[in-house]
Amino acid sequence: MTIKQTVNNPYSPWMDDDAPEADIVISSRVRLARDIAGYPFPHLLSGQSAEDVMDIVGRAVEDEDLVRRLGKLKVVRLSQLPSLDRQILVDKHLISPDLLKAGGEEAKGVVISEDERLSIMINEEDHLRIQCILSGLRLQDVYLLADAVDDALEKRVNYAFSDRYGFLTACLTNIGTGLRASVMLHLPALVASGGIRDVLTAVSKLGLTVRGLYGEGTEAAGNLFQLSNQITLGQSEEDIVSNLVSITRQVINRERTARRYIYQQKPEALQDKVSRAYGTMRHAYLLSAGEAMQLLSDVRLGVDTGLVKGLSHRTLSELMVVSRPAYLVKLGGRLSAQECDILRARLFREKMAEINQTNA
Amino acid sequence: MICERCKQRPATVHYTEIINNQKKQMNICEVCAKDEQIASFNLMPQQNLHDFLAGIFGPGSEVDQLQCPQCGLTGHKFSAHGLLGCSNCYQEFEDRIEPMIRRIQGTGVHTGKVPARSLGRYRVIREVEQLKKSLRESVAREEFEKAAELRDRIRETEQKLAGEEYENDHQANGE
Repeated sequence: MTIKQTVNNPYSPWMDDDAPEADIVISSRVRLARDIAGYPFPHLLSGQSAEDVMDIVGRAVEDEDLVRRLGKLKVVRLSQLPSLDRQILVDKHLISPDLLKAGGEEAKGVVISEDERLSIMINEEDHLRIQCILSGLRLQDVYLLADAVDDALEKRVNYAFSDRYGFLTACLTNIGTGLRASVMLHLPALVASGGIRDVLTAVSKLGLTVRGLYGEGTEAAGNLFQLSNQITLGQSEEDIVSNLVSITRQVINRERTARRYIYQQKPEALQDKVSRAYGTMRHAYLLSAGEAMQLLSDVRLGVDTGLVKGLSHRTLSELMVVSRPAYLVKLGGRLSAQECDILRARLFREKMAEINQTNA
Repeated sequence: MICERCKQRPATVHYTEIINNQKKQMNICEVCAKDEQIASFNLMPQQNLHDFLAGIFGPGSEVDQLQCPQCGLTGHKFSAHGLLGCSNCYQEFEDRIEPMIRRIQGTGVHTGKVPARSLGRYRVIREVEQLKKSLRESVAREEFEKAAELRDRIRETEQKLAGEEYENDHQANGE
């Protein structure tokens, strides 16, 4: 699969069903920040040095072990990608919004494996940002994958490393392990019951950061929350990962309790909410982005409480990408805000009709 | 107009937010606006992270005059952006960075992964630390003969390390 196929297809394997704790944990992700010794960090990198960094990474991803594991890998320059395609990669969580910040496009690049489990951003805040993503709660697995990629790259890249501060990065918040592990959680019952506030306060006291769906500075649309470790120095990678796993398990328990409570105490209210959302997805002619996210959340809760049958997590996650402006514009050309809402509603109706047919 | 959030009270607060080129408009009541504010505060602890870090570093100090000879980053520029310029900056600005690291990361020293090519060196550094500890113990116990022996071994190992450091710095990438 080329990068072209990646941006044309809203599906990504992190959306797959049958993953551990998939009723609450949508995906597990690990990111390693790495810089190359002897080169200024990307914000001070210019001309030839930036090219050198691209070349070094380009050669490093040809490593045999890496290719055997993840298929052929190729550096794609950001400047080779239309801006819509870049945004779709962000919407699919394969690159960060920061990579698209203005400036230095010529020197920025991305490597995405065929199965989309691995992406490497080049010259974002650091020379390399190695990212791996899997569906459900599989943080250990996803860390091991990123670690193996890191080992393979390291054969040909001389990383900036200090005995005291570990891997050296442009920002002090990433030094040491350079590891940011995160989980994306769907917490509709905690939001509905108001319990979310206590949970978020508690996790932030335990050294975790909570963010909205699209990383730093985004709102929690569709009851989706990202938990990640804040501290990167002084703990081993295994400790960081297992700490995040155990806190995530606590949050999962809270959410399950809240869901059970709603299911037992207000079954009609829950059934009503889920069914209305389902009906709107099938029949609406105008859907704003915000409403679409809310509907997807309500229906997902319906799927996970057994009230909705025949709909997969994958379909709902795909629709999240589909309902983003970038994908709509790619499909329909230049669109006004209202035309976006019309197209979004149409795509939702079509998908739902397709599913009803398969299930009939 | 009714509040979009609670769908009960009249909407009196209208605001527009633009994040990553995504425009979001909200018409909500005052009660919900307050809630939203609290909620978004909770969710964005790192929004202006670099500015925030720059604030800790503090402007106007004599450190602002420092400059990294490798990348040219000045203390002043670091104050403004909160990002270091290259790995050498960690040595150049060490005095100023060290307390910042403690504030951001706690009292940690790296205990995680070590790149394979630094692994041997890393072990030697740990060994030197161990030898120094034994040396202190020997001195405390007044075992001077043993202490002298340890001192020589430390000196020898440290010299070897310094030589390797030079080689490492000149090891090219990708070859």
